[in-house]
Amino acid sequence: MRKNPEISKGVDSLLVILYLILATIGVMSIFAATHRNEDIVSGFLSFKTDYSKQLLFFGISIILGIFILLTDSKFFTATANLFYFAGILLLLLVFPFHTEIKGTKSIIRFSSFQLQPAELCKIFVNLALAKYLSRTETDFTKLKSQLIATAIVMVPAILSILQSETGLALVYFSFFLVMYREGLPSIVLIVGFSLAVLVIATLLIEPNVLAIILTVLAGLTIYFMRKQIKRDRSILIGIAAIWVICVGVQRFAVPFFFNNVLKPYQVQRIYATVGRDFPVDPKTMTEEDIKKIEEKKKATSYNVKQSKIAIGSGGFIGKGLLKGTQTRYDFVPEQRTDFIFCTIGEGFGFVGSTILLLLYLLLIFRITVVAERQRSTFSRCYAYGVAVVLFFHVAINIGMTVGLVPVIGIPLPFLSYGGTALITFTVLLFILIRLDADRQMVLR
Amino acid sequence: MSVFNQSRQTVVRVIILAVFVVLIARLFVLQLLSPQFKLQAMDNAVDRKIIYPDRGLIFDRNGKSILENTVTHDLMIVPTQLKGIDTLGLCNILDIDTTEFRKRLVTSIVKNGRYRPSVFEGALSIEKFVKLQENIYRFEPGFYLQDRPIRSYPFKVAEHVLGYIGEVDSNILKRTNYFYQLGDYMGLTGLERSYENILMGQRGVQYRIKDNKNRLVGSYENGAYDTAAIAGRNLRTYMDIDVQVLAEKFLANKLGAIVAIDPKTGGIIAMASGPTYDPNLLTGSLRKLNFSYLLTDTAKPLYNRAIKGQYPPGSTIKPTQALIALDEGVITPQYGIGCNGTYYGCRRPINCTEKWSGHATNLRMAIAHSCNSYFSQIYRLAVDNRKFKNVDEGYAKWKEYMNSFGLGVRLGVDIPSEDKGLIVDTSFYNKLYNSSWNSCTNVFLGIGQGEMQATPLQMANMMCIIANKGYYYTPHFVEKIDGQGEADTVLNRYKVKHSVTHIPDTIYNLVQLGMQDVIEAGTGRVAKIDGITMAGKTGTAENYGIINGKREKLQDHSWFVCFAPRDNPKIAVAIIVENAGFGATWAGPMARMVIEKYLNDSLSAKSKLDSARIAEKEIILPIVKAKRMRLDSLRRVRLAREMGDSSNTDLPEAPPAPKLKRATETPIKKDSVPAKPKPDTTKAIALLTKHEDEEES
Repeated sequence: MRKNPEISKGVDSLLVILYLILATIGVMSIFAATHRNEDIVSGFLSFKTDYSKQLLFFGISIILGIFILLTDSKFFTATANLFYFAGILLLLLVFPFHTEIKGTKSIIRFSSFQLQPAELCKIFVNLALAKYLSRTETDFTKLKSQLIATAIVMVPAILSILQSETGLALVYFSFFLVMYREGLPSIVLIVGFSLAVLVIATLLIEPNVLAIILTVLAGLTIYFMRKQIKRDRSILIGIAAIWVICVGVQRFAVPFFFNNVLKPYQVQRIYATVGRDFPVDPKTMTEEDIKKIEEKKKATSYNVKQSKIAIGSGGFIGKGLLKGTQTRYDFVPEQRTDFIFCTIGEGFGFVGSTILLLLYLLLIFRITVVAERQRSTFSRCYAYGVAVVLFFHVAINIGMTVGLVPVIGIPLPFLSYGGTALITFTVLLFILIRLDADRQMVLR
Repeated sequence: MSVFNQSRQTVVRVIILAVFVVLIARLFVLQLLSPQFKLQAMDNAVDRKIIYPDRGLIFDRNGKSILENTVTHDLMIVPTQLKGIDTLGLCNILDIDTTEFRKRLVTSIVKNGRYRPSVFEGALSIEKFVKLQENIYRFEPGFYLQDRPIRSYPFKVAEHVLGYIGEVDSNILKRTNYFYQLGDYMGLTGLERSYENILMGQRGVQYRIKDNKNRLVGSYENGAYDTAAIAGRNLRTYMDIDVQVLAEKFLANKLGAIVAIDPKTGGIIAMASGPTYDPNLLTGSLRKLNFSYLLTDTAKPLYNRAIKGQYPPGSTIKPTQALIALDEGVITPQYGIGCNGTYYGCRRPINCTEKWSGHATNLRMAIAHSCNSYFSQIYRLAVDNRKFKNVDEGYAKWKEYMNSFGLGVRLGVDIPSEDKGLIVDTSFYNKLYNSSWNSCTNVFLGIGQGEMQATPLQMANMMCIIANKGYYYTPHFVEKIDGQGEADTVLNRYKVKHSVTHIPDTIYNLVQLGMQDVIEAGTGRVAKIDGITMAGKTGTAENYGIINGKREKLQDHSWFVCFAPRDNPKIAVAIIVENAGFGATWAGPMARMVIEKYLNDSLSAKSKLDSARIAEKEIILPIVKAKRMRLDSLRRVRLAREMGDSSNTDLPEAPPAPKLKRATETPIKKDSVPAKPKPDTTKAIALLTKHEDEEES
C-alpha cells in the first residue's frame, strides 16, 4: 500500500476520456430530446429540466469516480462477497418494500430518493464472480465450480424476473461470456446458441412443419455419417437423443415456458420482434389478459415504428441538433431513457450513429485489452464482466431502437436519462480503472 | 489456467465485433436505403395546408359578372378547447337544444378528432352570424368563426350553362391521380367543369409543424417551402345576360329549351332549359338538400334540355332538305310539285297543312308554306339519286349531309354531357326491314319525323349555317380568357370554320327568302318584328309517350327556328316548348322577343305585354303535373314526420315554392345529370313516366 496515492498514477486515460465523451453525449442528447422553449442557460442551471438533472447526476458520478480512484483496490476484493450478499438482501427487501412505478416492482423509495437494487447488483455480481473465479481453490474445469459460478449469476437474475425486470435479468446472462473466457466449455455456449436458434425457429415456423424439418435434418445427418455410425453405434444414439431434445423443446418446452412462465405481454413482445402476431388463445387467457396484450401490442409497435422513423429519417448526416421533428415533438415515447439513441440517429444520421457505435466498440475493446494485461485473475474477470455488461446493454438497447430485438427496457450506458443507471455504470467502470491502476499487484 | 484460455479473448472480441457490425448494417439499411422513413417523419410532423385561391369569375358579353364569389361563415369547433363555456348561451343563439349540441360535438369528434377543428354549423344565416360575431369572445377558443368562399349567381340564371361546384368524390380523386384532396371543391357541370383548370387558379401550400397530438406548433423551415396561391382567371363569354334572363323567364314553368347563337362567331348568346331553378340553391350548406329535391323532381329541372333534350325536329328540318337536294343537283330552285293537301307518292298518304293547289310551285313557296308533299318528294329524289347504285348508298350520302349539318353528331359545345341526337345508319333499316326497304320506308325523315332527333342546340346551329350561307363555327360560350397566352389552346378549336355545302349564295338567298316568307306571310307571322327582316321556320313535332303502359300520342312539341337580320345575321335562335301545340303559338313569340331584346336592347310595348302573358302560362302535361304534386305532398309528409322526430328545427327559409326541402340527404352521385335517354322517338315523355313508375314501385 502506497502512501500519498497520486490519483492519476496508472489510470488508463483512454477509458476515462471515452467515459467523459459518452456521458457528455448523453447530457446533450437528453437536452436535444427534452429542450422546448425555455432559456438554455437557466434550463441547465435550474436542475428542474431533465438535462440539467442528468448533468447533476454526471457531476455526482464524477465525484464518486474520484472517490473510487482514491480507494485501495484491495478493498474491492476484500468486500466482494459482503457486497454480493448485501445486494441479494436488498433485492429481497424489494419484495415487501417496493413502490410500483410504471409496471415495475423493482424500486425502493425513500422520500424522494429511488433505489433500484437490481441495477446496482450488476456491480456486486461482477465482483463476486471475479472473486470466486480468482480463488486459488477454484478449479473451473470442474462441473461443481461451474455450477457455483452459474448460481452466483442466476440468483439475482431470478430475483429480477420476479420483480418484472426481465431486461435487467437478461443482462446477467452476459456473464456466461466471462465464464467462457475463464474456461467454461465451448459446448455450453454452442448449445445455448443452438437453443436460442431453435426457440426463434419455433416462433417463426408452424410446429408440425418444424418437427418435420428437424426429422429430415436428423435423417440427413445419419445418412452422411453412416460410415462413422457403422464404426461407432453410440453416434446414432447421440443423434437420436439430440432429435428428441429438439422436438421436445419445440413442441413442449417452449409452449410450456410461454404459457406458464412468461407474462402474456412479454410473449407478445417476443412474437412482435420476429414479426408475427401472438396467437391469442381464448381458452387459457382471461379477457383482461387479452385486452392487456392488445394494448401492449399497440404501444410496442407504435414505439418501435416511431423509433425506426426517427432513426431512418436521419439519413446520412442527420437533421442537426434540435432539428429532429420526431424526437422534438414527442413522437417517440421514452425517448430520453430507453430510446435516447433515436435522438442521435435523427439528429446526426448514419455518420453520428456509427461514430457513437464505434465509440462504444472502442470502449469495450479497450476494456478487453485492459483485461488481458492484468496479472490477477480477479481483475481480469472483473474487467471482462464490465466489457460484457456494457456490450450487452449497447447491443440490446440499440437493437431494440432499430427493431432487431424485442422492446426490453434496459438503458443505453452513459447516455440514457436516469441517475441510478449512470451511477451504476460509472462505478462499474471506475472500479475497473482503479483495479487496472494497480495491475502490478496480485490481488486475491 | 489463464495461459490455457488465452485464445478465447479473440472469440469474445469476434462475437462483440460481429454484433456491432450487424447493428451498423442495420443502421445503414434504415438510414440510407429506406427513404420511406423520411416521408413518414414528414407525414408525422408536417401539416400540409392547401391555400385555396379565389375562383375565376365569369362575365357576359357586356362585362357584367354572371358568376362571382361571396363569403359565408362557418362556426368551427375544437373539442379539446371546450372548457367552461356557456353552452346554453350558444344553444340559444344557434336555436338548438343541448342534446343537439352534444350530438354535433360527438359527430365532430368522430369526424376529425378532438384536436382538429371541424364545422359545428356551416353557412350561418345573417342573423346568427351577427349575434355570434358579437358574442364569440364568450365561446373562444373552443369555438371560432371562419369565412368560407362560395359561388354566387347574381342574376339567378344560367344554371345549366354555368354549372356548379361540389366536393370531389373518390372517383374523381382516382381519375385525377389525387391532384385533388378529399374536401376539395371542383366544377361538376357546365362551364365550371369545362374550364375547371382555368377557373380554379393555382393552389398554394403552407407547411406547418405539428406535434404528436396533431397540434400545430409553428411554420416549417420558416416557410421556405410554402407557395402562394394564384387566383383563378376570369372567363369572358358571348352570353347576353339580359336575353338569358328573358329566356329563363319564359321557361320557368315550361318544359323546353331556348338557344340563341351569334352565327358569325358561333358564340352562344343565351341558352335556357325549362323548368329553370335558381342556381344559388346549389351553393352553401343547403346544397345537398336542394340537390336531392331537384334530382327527384318529375319535370327534371337539372336536365339541360338545350343540349340533352332530343326531339323530333318536325318541319324545322325542311330547309336542310332543300339544301341537300340542291347540293346534290336533284332539284333546281324552280322545281315544284302540284300538291292538293296530300302526298300520294308512297303507299301511305302524307297530309299537308295547306290544301290549296299551287302552294308548292317552287322551292321558295314550298318552304314558306311548309309543304309536306314537296319535302317528302325531294327527300326521295335525294336518296334515290341515280348517281348512287341503290338506296343504301343514297341514304348513306344523305346521312353524311345531315351529319355535316351538325345533326346526329356532337357539336362539341364547351359544356359537358352534350347529346348527339339521332340520325340512324343504313344498318338500322337493313336490320328492321330485312334489307328490303326504299325511300318510301323512311320518307318521314324529309319532314323531320321518324327516326330522327335533334337537340335545340343543333337546330340553332343549323340556323347559323343557313344564315352564314354554308358554314358554321362550333357553338361555344367562352370568347376569351383573361390573360390568355400561347398555352391556352382550349379555345382554338372554336376558331375553325366548318364548311357544309357547295351551293352558291344565290341559291341560299332563295332558301332564306322562303324562310323570310314564313315570317312575313306564312306560319311564323307571329314572330315578325317591325324594322327587322327575319327568316324562320315553325315546326310542330308529333310525339308519343308511354302512359300507364300504353303508347299514346301526346300534344305536339312547339318548335321555332329563325335568324335575324336576314341580310346581315346577328342572331340565330332555336326554341322548343314541349307539348305546347303549334310552333307559332308559343315558340314563335318567344323567338321574337329574344331577338328584339338582343338587337334592340328593349322590348316593344306589345312584346312586354306578350312576355308577361307567356311567362305566366304554365305548360306542363297534366300527367307530369299530377305526379309532381303527389311527390311533393309525399315529401311534405315525410319532412313533417322527420322534423317531429328530430329536434333539429333549424331549417332555413324555404327556397321558392314549390321547391320544398327534404330533411334527409341523399348521397350525390358524381353524374348529376339524369341518365342518358335511349334514342327513341317517344323518349321525352316516356322517360318521365318510366321514371315515375319506378318511384312508385
